[in-house]
Amino acid sequence: MTSDLTRLTIAQALESLRKKEFSAVELVTRHVRKMEQLRPLNAFITETAEQAVAAAAESDARIAKGEMRTLEAIPIAMKDLFCTKDIKTTAGSHILGNFIPPYESTVSQKLMDSGTISIGKANLDEFAMGGSNTTSYYGPVENPWRSEKFPDKKLVPGGSSGGSAAAVAAGVAMAATGTDTGGSTRQPASFCGIVGVKPTYGRCSRWGIVAFASSLDQAGVFAKNVEDSALMLEAMSGHDVKDTTSAPQAVPNFAALLKHDLRGVRVGIPKEYRVDGMPQDIIDVWEKGASLLKDAGAEIVEISLPHTKYAVPTYYIIAPAEASSNLARYDGVRYGLRKEGKDLAETYELTRAEGFGAEVKRRIMIGTYCLSAGYYDAYYTKALKIRRLIANDFTEAFKKCDVILTPTAPSSAFAIGENSDDPIKMYLGDVFTIPASLAGLPGMSIPATLDDQGLPLGLQIISRAWDEVGMFRAAYALEQALNFTAKPALAKVAA
Amino acid sequence: MSALIHGKTGDWEIVIGMEVHAQVIAHSKLFSGAATDFGAAPNSQVSLVDAAMPGMLPVLNEKCVEQAVKTGLGLNSEINLYSRFDRKNYFYPDLPQGYQISQFQFPIVGKGAVEINLANNETKTIGITRLHLEQDAGKSLHDQHPTKSYVDLNRSGCALMEIVSEPDLRGPEEAVAYLTKLRMILRYLETCDGNFEEGSMRADVNVSVRKVGAPYGTRCEIKNVNSLKAVQLAIEYEAARQVEVIEEGGTIKQETRLWDPVKLETRSMRSKEEAHDYRYFPDPDLLPLVIEQNFVDRIRETLPELPDQKMHRFMNEYGLGVYDSSVLIMERARADFYERAAKGRDPKLTANWVINELLGGLNKDGKSLSESPIAAEQIGELVGLIEDKTISGKIAKDVFAEMMKTGLSPQKIVADQGLQQVTDTGAIEKIVDEVLASNPDNVAAYRAGKDKLFGFFVGQVMKKSQGKANPDAVNELLISKLKAE
Repeated sequence: MTSDLTRLTIAQALESLRKKEFSAVELVTRHVRKMEQLRPLNAFITETAEQAVAAAAESDARIAKGEMRTLEAIPIAMKDLFCTKDIKTTAGSHILGNFIPPYESTVSQKLMDSGTISIGKANLDEFAMGGSNTTSYYGPVENPWRSEKFPDKKLVPGGSSGGSAAAVAAGVAMAATGTDTGGSTRQPASFCGIVGVKPTYGRCSRWGIVAFASSLDQAGVFAKNVEDSALMLEAMSGHDVKDTTSAPQAVPNFAALLKHDLRGVRVGIPKEYRVDGMPQDIIDVWEKGASLLKDAGAEIVEISLPHTKYAVPTYYIIAPAEASSNLARYDGVRYGLRKEGKDLAETYELTRAEGFGAEVKRRIMIGTYCLSAGYYDAYYTKALKIRRLIANDFTEAFKKCDVILTPTAPSSAFAIGENSDDPIKMYLGDVFTIPASLAGLPGMSIPATLDDQGLPLGLQIISRAWDEVGMFRAAYALEQALNFTAKPALAKVAA
Repeated sequence: MSALIHGKTGDWEIVIGMEVHAQVIAHSKLFSGAATDFGAAPNSQVSLVDAAMPGMLPVLNEKCVEQAVKTGLGLNSEINLYSRFDRKNYFYPDLPQGYQISQFQFPIVGKGAVEINLANNETKTIGITRLHLEQDAGKSLHDQHPTKSYVDLNRSGCALMEIVSEPDLRGPEEAVAYLTKLRMILRYLETCDGNFEEGSMRADVNVSVRKVGAPYGTRCEIKNVNSLKAVQLAIEYEAARQVEVIEEGGTIKQETRLWDPVKLETRSMRSKEEAHDYRYFPDPDLLPLVIEQNFVDRIRETLPELPDQKMHRFMNEYGLGVYDSSVLIMERARADFYERAAKGRDPKLTANWVINELLGGLNKDGKSLSESPIAAEQIGELVGLIEDKTISGKIAKDVFAEMMKTGLSPQKIVADQGLQQVTDTGAIEKIVDEVLASNPDNVAAYRAGKDKLFGFFVGQVMKKSQGKANPDAVNELLISKLKAE
């Protein structure tokens, strides 16, 4: 057993709790204290330390009675996009700054039922719109990692689930929920040197998750390693009658199935993912990943995903279009921020002008434009057609391979403030994660190496729809071979 | 008013198409489990979905789909096994989501037809363009506070069927006949209660005018037409307005107009240029709706006999005329009542009693058929008593009055009050003799050729028998006795 409880994996902690080597209260209190120490990261919008410690006491009672649940007392961070009963849920937005839901999202309820304990609501890009966690009304989140070259520069944790990723990377939470619409779990996992999983669209219920783009949004999970992420995903998954886009699919015992050799598994390397200007470090680690998988018994095959280059523009039509409609409910009439105007129209204008940040407004405007009469076919209809072609690309590719290996992101973490005035550059950060999102496929990022600045880089595994088991197996084998053990120093942050 | 307007430049034809919003009869809303009862306290039937709370998702209510399919079948329409829900985006406080979930591109019901009944027993077929399911909005209340508007979300999310007709209607009479027929069909199917006053059925009327044989003119959509009377008046007003504009050299602008039921006029709400851009797109929270043919077939098996079929059957099976049949089939419950009453009785006689006495009487008391103190079987019994000559038609009216008052069976009333007709010719003969004996002058006058006095003798006999004497026997005896010299 490691003496620092915040360095444990979930599997280790559960074993120790079972053996009563420490109590649930000790485990949770230690993480809560770390959350408080690392407040400068700004990883949380709302801390729920008191409720967490109370829940830990209940966990101890359960453990004493021999009624331990699958994830008993595991301290987690809850992305502040999941509605949590009686706990403020902001979606990172001013417009929901005072919103306390009278209901609990399906995923957070399932996690609670499995025994996990949320220590707080994690910061995020406003309405999950962003790739750097700098669009949050509650301020940017800092990545626990620092560049060796520029150690005084604060870096972004990625986004939109930046607070969740930072919390897990810093050892504040043993795991965290994220959401992933175009890469919002996988990209921050890559930036923070941890595991991030986006399951198949429909694997988890969206009920109670503040909607960004309904046809793309999925709950995601952050953990320190593949096994922990599998344990978490199993607890979060399952059909929900309250979300008709959740699928009546059986949930495999992911963690029990992941240790499996890769002989006979075909790993596809998409040639179109070799984009111009990609740093050599990323090309190298991608190749290293492929050769490690080959060593583990897999067969490496080149595949083609010819419509990849259209994925980002397609995404930036479909997601804003849906968002422009999904965010119409924030009108100041029933809940949330309200700025009284002289009449109804002015009340709408003032409320939404003040309630939404610049990036959210930009996307509402893009989406509204794309759906407008006269532009609809040129943008929205065309984007739907390309989305289908992108999905078809994967269907074709999966005739030749079983999983696909790609880099997770085209760069490592960048400085807070960088790219902020260049939305296109920011959007291109999702170039490797968006295609699987558009196709509804599962994808996960695992930490692979440190780049020339000493910053983590992730590799992404994509599998067929509903084949999270295949994805986890490849990721687990790769994780074993890569043996990535680096941790952020945290000295600068805590100082 | 005829379908033609005689203008200064010639005859104009009024062309009308209807968009009817019919609230679906279902215990819960289209996409939520909230109740749908009319008249509940404001905002007492609102789920988290109806209030558009963050992260809430719509779940389609299967009952509403069934009702739409049933209605489609009742309107002789194509059922689309694939349909899809789209979002219609606009801002308004009584629309919590900021969009209405509707079916824009792929409605659940396609083309169909309704036969309407016109004066002179004529019928006309009106094309149905489509029927689709959509959410109702809440209600904005502007009269509760001097400066604020209130919003009641009870209606928010209730299922509506929008039934769109082809522009096949000509003039207000046909428009009213169409709405009447549509309402009757919906009520037969029990898919909508068709209540204009409570707003469970609402019509938007598209009106244009053209010279006979010319292409369609530019149409205006009239909203807020909340009764059959309003439909008629609004069309008359609007058509006359359009003719006047055109004849004075103007042109009709395509626009939405509001019917003012106080000033009895339509006025412009918004022009085509000001029309909302609703930015319809497929609702990503809902999968396309795919139903199977056997689902449709199962519903088809549950269809009741519809008004037209029933009308024809009543005419053929019971030998009733158009008028009686059409009155009886107006409501399914009324037709069923009649059929229960007529079982084993003279159908024509039963129809008279149901229509003239019972419905007339209930109407006078301000009661509906369901509140009738008299059961269908009791009307049948009463008709039976007339048929077997236990009582005369005249006595039957007294018995009926007593039934309305007490709800007692006619047999019991007749027995208790001793109202059985006297058919014993000996007894009647005795009365006839008495009457003739006490009116010698009239007997003489009759015999001298004053035939009209026959009625006087009948009346005297009936009076003496307290109305119980069998009229046929009275007639027979009087004829033979007055002839005898």
